[in-house]
Amino acid sequence: MTALLLGVALVIALLTVVPVFRIVAGPTIYDRVLGVGLMGTNAILLLVLVGYIYDRIDMFVDLAVAYAILNFVGVVVVAKYLERRGET
Amino acid sequence: MRDVVGLALIFGGLFFVLVSALGLVRFPDFYTRSHALGKSDTLGTILVLGGLAVYGGLTLSSLKLLLILIFVGLGNPTATHALTRAALRSRHEIWSRREGGKKE
Repeated sequence: MTALLLGVALVIALLTVVPVFRIVAGPTIYDRVLGVGLMGTNAILLLVLVGYIYDRIDMFVDLAVAYAILNFVGVVVVAKYLERRGET
Repeated sequence: MRDVVGLALIFGGLFFVLVSALGLVRFPDFYTRSHALGKSDTLGTILVLGGLAVYGGLTLSSLKLLLILIFVGLGNPTATHALTRAALRSRHEIWSRREGGKKE
């Protein structure tokens, strides 16, 4: 069972490399923020999966809650900054 | 029985996370890519976290998992919406397939 979870965690870990390409190649800054947002969401999934694999569920779920909030606030704050920057 | 249902949800969610990563790379323009992030990534996260909550059974951490699930389900589209509105407000041009459309 944990082997299957480990497989899923490995696939998601490999998927986290894909947004790095978008962050590097992204023509505009908005694409880069999208890449960061996708990496954040993958990080939440990895945290919870690792928690289930190593049977330290309580600690990792709390980490995932904190990181989910952090990721959301980060993207919104950057979006607000970019919106105001466009007008100046 | 619970494991099977949990695993089915997890692999379903994994499919959507895969599709959203693929969409982030393959789509021609920022506005189309924001679809990949806002929708399919949110659904993938919801399914994976739901599968883990089902697999974990009735514990406090499963409740916290449902909390994350609801928060990401509401927050991720909102964040993508804020980003897309910022792009639209600062006159980020929209790609189109017609002759003028250059692939960004």
